[in-house]
This record gives sequence, structure tokens and C-alpha cells, in this order.
Amino acid sequence: MSEEVWEVFRQERRGQPMEHAGSVVAPDADFAETWAREQYGRRGESVALWLVPRDAIRDVEDWADEFDLKYRRVDGYSIKARLKEARERASAGTG
Amino acid sequence: MAAAEVPHDEQAFLEYVQAGGQVEATDWIPDEYRAKLVKFIEMHANSELMGVLPEREWILRAPTLQRKLALTAKVQDEVGHAQLIYRVVEDLGKPREQCLADLVSGKSKFHNVFHYPTKTWGDIGVIAWLVDAAAIISQKALLKCSYAPYARIMKKICWEESFHILHGRDVILALVTGTPQQFELVQEALNRWWPPLMQFHGNPIPREEDPMWQWRIKSQGNEEARQQFLEGYVPQIWELGLTVPDPKLRRRDDGVWEYTEPDWAELMHVVTGHGPKTEERLAFRQRFLDQEQWVRDVLAA
Repeated sequence: MSEEVWEVFRQERRGQPMEHAGSVVAPDADFAETWAREQYGRRGESVALWLVPRDAIRDVEDWADEFDLKYRRVDGYSIKARLKEARERASAGTG
Repeated sequence: MAAAEVPHDEQAFLEYVQAGGQVEATDWIPDEYRAKLVKFIEMHANSELMGVLPEREWILRAPTLQRKLALTAKVQDEVGHAQLIYRVVEDLGKPREQCLADLVSGKSKFHNVFHYPTKTWGDIGVIAWLVDAAAIISQKALLKCSYAPYARIMKKICWEESFHILHGRDVILALVTGTPQQFELVQEALNRWWPPLMQFHGNPIPREEDPMWQWRIKSQGNEEARQQFLEGYVPQIWELGLTVPDPKLRRRDDGVWEYTEPDWAELMHVVTGHGPKTEERLAFRQRFLDQEQWVRDVLAA
């Protein structure tokens, strides 16, 4: 039987987000549930678990920045070099 | 804000983790980093698995039913930690079967404290209280590990370890408030466990020279961890009227603890497979691997 990686998400209390907890390796969903219950729910530390085959996850990690929108954020402004230059010019002018 | 990309180049990757960056199981990682992670995390898993053997010996001899249940729960937790941690190693590319084979053949290591005998019920108190306290200091520092899947399982592990420490402290308190013989039992166990406890966090190499720190697998140096242990626990030991068997132990005005240099040769000797109980415990583990092989065969079929 071929084994598969299942990602385990757990919820600590009702209303809270499901958080990634770890993963289990299992031949099918029932085994995955058994391992996950044992490893992430044994002490009543979770009120719910989500089991997701790793291969079923659509991973989105590349964030294209064609429209550079950094002007809307603090990190869009790098003033250090210009400020230095401005200060040097000003002190040269008054010197 | 756009996510910072994990750099696909060893030097840039090193700078990324040193700046506090974390990576996931599906990210590209340098071979050197993977090898270091496997070595470190595998030793942690081995220690959880071997660490239950000294305690297991006392389940049947626990003084009350309550203690027996608590100790059984602790042993169950530690084996559970081994399961979680071996899974992380497996995800990094080393199969669990190979980890177990390397453990029993002596190729991989486990922590020094689990190579020693548990002679009395006092040992069980000292292990659950002080060995677990020393371990939780290392484990809390791993909550910031650059390898995020390992850092995340540490949350659950630390949560369970805090119950173990309290259980150990409760065992100790029951003994020190008992008869003079019971008090002496704790003192005698502490005398034997102190040297291995002082060796536990490793030799005091500067963290900058520690590859595990360079890759930010660990977030603190060995000596920092030991100082934190002394600062947190020596006063708790003293307030019970117990003596720490080190005449040089004292807290300087600047808050740094001075102590007798631990025996680093003994540490090296023990962790390389020459501890008083190493052979017996590995043989025990081997026997159970053989005995339970049919379960793994059935599951794999």
C-alpha cells in the first residue's frame, strides 16, 4: 500500500483559526485520522482537526509585483541616501 | 506586504535565516542545512524515545496508583514526541526505519542523561523535575528554529513538558516533606544526577562557532542555556533545604553562575555509546523493534 503525507491542522478552541500543527504519513484517510487523533488530540488539546493530503494543497508563493504599489506603504520610501545627500549639500552651502 | 522569498543560494540562504527568516518543508534548502537539521532533530527524536526507558522501569514500582498513572502518561507523551519529531526527520528525507536502525546500531546519538541508571524513586522525581527543566530550556529556544515545521511541533511538546516538570516537582515535594529517609533519597539522587545535568547543555563553545546556531537551528548558545537552568532552578533546589553537590557553585553579583568545570570527557564518552546503561537500553530497543516488526509488516501490506 502506498503511503501519503497528510498535513494536520488543529483548532484549539471553537471560533479560533485552524492552525498547521504537523503532518502524518498514512496509507489512507482512516489511518491518517487515527494517527492524527493520537498525536494531536490525545490530551484534549484540540477541538477539531483538518487532514489534507499534501498533494491536494495548491501552494501560492510567488507574488508578482508588476504594478509596483509600494508607494502605498512605508517600505516604498527609502530616504536614507537622499537625506544624507541633502544634509551634505545643505552643510556645504552654509560652510 | 509581499512575502520575502527564500533565496536559492547557500550564502543568501544563510543570511536569510540569520536575519530571522524561517523555511517550510516544501522550500528549497541547502544540502548542508538539511544535513545539520537531520543530525540535530534525529538526536532529539532518539532522546525522546530512549528517555522513556529509565522512567519505564519505575512504572510497576510507583508508590501509589496516582503516581503510576501520571508516570505512564508522561512516558506516553515522550513517545508521542518521538513520533512527531521522527516525522520531521522523515520529511527532510531520512526514513524512520533508517533512524531506528542507526539508533540501535549506535550510529546516531541520544542525550547523555538517558544513559544512566534510575536506582531509586528519588531518581524519577529528579528526572521529571530537573532533567525535563533542562530539556525545556533547550526546547523553548527551538520555538524560534529557522526550520518552521520543527518550531511548530515544539509548541505542543513544550505544553506537555510543563506538566512533566510539575509532576516531578510534586514527587520531590512529597519526599522532602516526608521522613528523613525520604529526604535523603532525594539528596542522594540529586548528588548522582548533578554532574550529568551540568553536562547536558554541552560544552561552552561560543555560539558563533556552533554550526547549529549559525544556521539558526538553535537560537541560543550552550552556556546561555546552562546559565538559564542554574538561574531558574538552583534557588528552587536550595529553598527545599537540599544541597547542590558543587562547592564552587555561586551566583556572582553580576548574575552569572560560577561552577566547577563539568567533565567534558565523560560527556563525550557517554554520548558516544559508553554510558553505564547504553548497551542494555539499546538492546532493549532492538528487542522491541524485532518483536513489533509484524505490526509494521501488517500495516505496510
